[in-house]
Amino acid sequence: MPTNYEAGTFDVIVVGAGHAGVEAAYAAARMGAKTLMLTINLDMIAFMPCNPSVGGPAKGIVVREIDALGGLMGKVIDKTHIQMRMLNTGKGPAVRALRAQADKFQYQHEMKRVLEEEPNLQIHQAMVDELIIEEGEIKGIITQIGAIYRAAAVIITSGTFLRGEIIIGNLKYSSGPNNQQPSIKLADNLKELGLDLIRFKTGTPPRVNNRTIDYSKTEIQPGDDVPRAFSYETTEYIMDQLPCWLTYTSEQTHKVIEDNLHLSPMFSGMIKGTGPRYCPSIEDKVTRFSDKPRHQIFLEPEGRNTREVYVQGLSTSLPEHVQKQLIASVPGLENAEMMRAGYAIEYDSVVPTQLWPTLETKKISGLYTAGQINGTSGYEEAAGQGLLAGMNAAAKILGREEIILSRSDAYMGVLIDDLVTKGTNEPYRLLTSRAEYRLLLRHDNADLRLTETGYKAGLISEERHAKFQLKKQRIEEELARLREVIIKPNETTQAVIRSVGGAELKDGIRGADLLKRTEMHYEHIASLIPSDVVLSEDEQEQIEIQLKYEGYIQKAMQQVEKMKKLENKKIPENIDYDAISGIATEARMKLKDVRPLSIAQASRIAGVNPADISILLVYIEQGKIARINMN
Amino acid sequence: MEFDTIAAISTPMGEGAIAIVRLSGDEAVEIADKLFKSPNGKHLTEVPSHTIHYGHLIDPKTGEVVEEVMLSLMRGPKTFTREDVVEINCHGGIISVNRVLQLVLRSGARLAEPGEFTKRAFLNGRIDLSQAEAVMDLIRAKTDRAMNVALGQMDGKLSRLIASLRQALLETLAQVEVNIDYPEYDDVEEMTIPVLLEKCSWVREEIIQLLQTSSQGKILREGLSTVILGRPNVGKSSLLNSLVQENKAIVTEIAGTTRDIIEEYVNVRGVPLRLVDTAGIRETEDIVERIGVERSREALKGADLILLVLNYGEELSIEDERLFETIQAMDYIVVVNKTDIERKIDLNRVHELAGKHRVVTTSLLKEEGIIELEEAIAALFFEGQIEANDLTYVSNARHIALLHQAQDTIEEALMAAESGVPVDMIQIDVTRTWEILGEIIGDTVQESLINQLFSQFCLGK
Ligand SMILES: Cc1cc2nc3c(=O)[nH]c(=O)nc-3n(C[C@H](O)[C@H](O)[C@H](O)COP(=O)(O)OP(=O)(O)OC[C@H]3O[C@@H](n4cnc5c(N)ncnc54)[C@H](O)[C@@H]3O)c2cc1C
Ligand SMILES: Nc1nc2c(ncn2[C@@H]2O[C@H](COP(=O)(O)OP(=O)(O)O)[C@@H](O)[C@H]2O)c(=O)[nH]1
Ligand SMILES: [Mg+2]
Repeated sequence: MPTNYEAGTFDVIVVGAGHAGVEAAYAAARMGAKTLMLTINLDMIAFMPCNPSVGGPAKGIVVREIDALGGLMGKVIDKTHIQMRMLNTGKGPAVRALRAQADKFQYQHEMKRVLEEEPNLQIHQAMVDELIIEEGEIKGIITQIGAIYRAAAVIITSGTFLRGEIIIGNLKYSSGPNNQQPSIKLADNLKELGLDLIRFKTGTPPRVNNRTIDYSKTEIQPGDDVPRAFSYETTEYIMDQLPCWLTYTSEQTHKVIEDNLHLSPMFSGMIKGTGPRYCPSIEDKVTRFSDKPRHQIFLEPEGRNTREVYVQGLSTSLPEHVQKQLIASVPGLENAEMMRAGYAIEYDSVVPTQLWPTLETKKISGLYTAGQINGTSGYEEAAGQGLLAGMNAAAKILGREEIILSRSDAYMGVLIDDLVTKGTNEPYRLLTSRAEYRLLLRHDNADLRLTETGYKAGLISEERHAKFQLKKQRIEEELARLREVIIKPNETTQAVIRSVGGAELKDGIRGADLLKRTEMHYEHIASLIPSDVVLSEDEQEQIEIQLKYEGYIQKAMQQVEKMKKLENKKIPENIDYDAISGIATEARMKLKDVRPLSIAQASRIAGVNPADISILLVYIEQGKIARINMN
Repeated sequence: MEFDTIAAISTPMGEGAIAIVRLSGDEAVEIADKLFKSPNGKHLTEVPSHTIHYGHLIDPKTGEVVEEVMLSLMRGPKTFTREDVVEINCHGGIISVNRVLQLVLRSGARLAEPGEFTKRAFLNGRIDLSQAEAVMDLIRAKTDRAMNVALGQMDGKLSRLIASLRQALLETLAQVEVNIDYPEYDDVEEMTIPVLLEKCSWVREEIIQLLQTSSQGKILREGLSTVILGRPNVGKSSLLNSLVQENKAIVTEIAGTTRDIIEEYVNVRGVPLRLVDTAGIRETEDIVERIGVERSREALKGADLILLVLNYGEELSIEDERLFETIQAMDYIVVVNKTDIERKIDLNRVHELAGKHRVVTTSLLKEEGIIELEEAIAALFFEGQIEANDLTYVSNARHIALLHQAQDTIEEALMAAESGVPVDMIQIDVTRTWEILGEIIGDTVQESLINQLFSQFCLGK
């Protein structure tokens, strides 16, 4: 046993410096809380244990949301990517999303540098073993070597480290991701404190040396050749991009798998944790979709200053010698040298229905959890949670209002609401289809949705806020103008309309209505009725989307309004569900478990049906009437 | 969803010449205004509270006049529910009330659950505290029973059909989603507009088909198919004529399609009756004699109601007894006609044969007993086990309303697809259709789409 010593007092302690931890620490420090960030290995800050990429559908929008609130992920990836692409450009605006291939080493270095600059943030390398709890409140933590740090708020962001176990073939050993030290005592401690844990599993493919890849057998996948950025603050763009490459599995790949299936820990029963369906291993894919002749394999560089290449699509936990055969079976990789083997990892996570929507645990006041520990998977999901946990922990310490995003505010709202209301029985990944209002949760309007919230919290600078307000005002004014000004059916007008293949005007038409035509764009309208102010591309896009899809947007807004009414029906925190007669047993159990804050949240719990909601409403109303009567 | 606008028929069915459809909620006035056209062109949104207005209800889809109505408008909080309330007074027949109800439901209102107006009154503080427990019991009991009835009532074939429509929509949606969430997979087929159009059109056709054949819809549109049965000369044609004459205002003629028969369509105290095979009966050509008992059994199969006519002035014959046997498993009313002549029939025996079925005596010649007969018909339709009937009706009306909504949303999707709207927008209305169909069969689990996505496609790194 080490001798304990008092090592310092802080407002907020963040355990972990993964994607959740860095956002949490940065936000808390920026909001004015004296913050300490502890991590097992300082060289692994914001490490990407799996694919070197950030963004994509839904996830890319989360990165924009993080940026709109004043978080880090967008800014850092803007500086450290090797290529960027806008996805789904052929579809509607609601599903467009940005994806970047990261230089994962530069990403870590840049993140570390930015955090080191923060005056309110102290960074320290340490393994946290124990939490100090007094009367249901967090008081601080104790490290492996006996250092005691005190704080009234602690955020745990331990990722896949809790009792982590790596599995390759029939080999299983205690480890964090990429052979880092696992976190065992902390897992035991959380259990002792009465938190329910669940065992999940994920995996990663092998890496190869690009010196040994025959790219002539693959297809090139370049980035977009226009400047792109996640952050609203980014002004410099990286135009020197590296491509990715596409190849496929072969018949031989499938044969290797079939011949060696008995060696897979997935099938031998060695792996007990639940893996994500959206991240199946290659052995999973081949057995479950046996009629598919081949699967895509993307070759993604891990950075500019390395030859290591991530083999996306070949995630596996087969023994290393089988992995080598697998690689050799892929066109282009016949002679590729494997640098690291793929592996599966099992780990503990916290059952997320034990959390309030602020990500504070219900059991222990002041203790927050964020990131993969809450049952999610993915860097962006982790970062989003980290940011909100950091904001809420700081808000609590500073006596400010808590920050809860609704399902119509942000994908992050969807993510957290799903976690704390429904829980999850597999690692949770965001998908656009999880959002019922995805038309409102767009890539292009993340700033309009969230900048104000970030500003109020103190994470958005005055300068940026002023710029934002100006943008908003210009958009509103231009929208108003287009709704007002009438375009006359003269020869100039008809010529413009003809040039895009539209039907000529019979009468005058308002600018807004002409823009609603599929073939018309803002620039056409602006050429007919020029505006005094020249709008930026962003602003033009905003106007076009808001007008073109007005009908759909309004429909969605009406639904949101309805939901808001139920959201505003708050359930008193001290409600005694046992005292309510008439609620079905299953519903009562779920309600006691989740303790929803509003009727809307209650109605989203599986197993709580409309009759239970009605009775709940009656009861709450009864309480109100009783109070009125007493006064 | 709580606090949306609810609607229901608030007068007992089949009674009285006037029926009321009541709306309550924030959008009550707005919804009524969408449908209402007053002769002087005033809008309900502009009229003062607690006023009554005369006008017509117009179907906004077709522009056709649906009903002539009196409409009272009362704004909250001085109403029973403390919300805005609109009461639409229309003709009392079950057809017209239901048309009005369906119109309102298609325009944004939701069919009220049993006891829901009372519940709202309570929630809005209109009813006092002492009644709280009672209200809770009421909600629990009624909602559970309505659910059970609604589900129990669903015919297996119908729910299977709806489930298959949903599955088709789900697969379509999964295909749309997979292209959105996994754009890098070039081996997953893009959901193209033509494919989407094809799928959606098919679903639309099926929904329309369903609406045409749904039992409530059929009865409302076509009436209860009713056969007047009896030996020659007992007074079948006379019975038909008096029913038709009594209710002549609503007689319509529908030409039969397969055989050359004229069917009489009458409305008896709100119950629509379609008197079948009336041509044969009119010509005093006896259906039983003509086609024999065996085949008349066939002809009777499709009937919802039988009126068995006996002669008061004659003894029961073997044929009479045989007719009783033929119809024993069906809904029927016995009409003992010609009470104005001397009784020869053994009424005790008639009651014995009729069992739990009603027996009415008439003299069609003297126009006696017709009111009693009409009451017996109405009672058969509305009473019996009143609760169950009420709830059956509710769940059916709900199904129809939902099917109409599903039709509307899928049509919006189709229209959007035709006008070049991006697939992920069209998807909004397709999803909505899928959800609405789910409400009919009581299945609204959100996870299904994601499950479908990962079972249909091979995704991920
Ligand atoms: C092998 C593997 C494969 C993956 N595959 C995918 C995938 O295919 N798709 C996908 O979306 N996501 C995948 N992920 C998940 C993704 O990497 C994580 O979701 C994301 O990194 C989680 O971020 P985090 O901040 O929650 O945790 P991490 O990034 O894991 O960070 C955890 C941090 O906590 C610190 N820590 C832990 N315990 C202690 C302690 N006791 N004391 C001090 N510090 C501690 C660690 O040092 C580390 O800094 C994979 C992860 C792994 C490991
Ligand atoms: N006395 C008397 N005669 C009736 C009555 N109802 C019908 N009739 C007569 O009975 C005869 C046969 O009637 P009809 O309706 O043609 O019988 P159907 O053969 O069953 O269709 C006609 O002459 C009618 O006028 C009744 O209530 N009393
Ligand atoms: Mg006759």
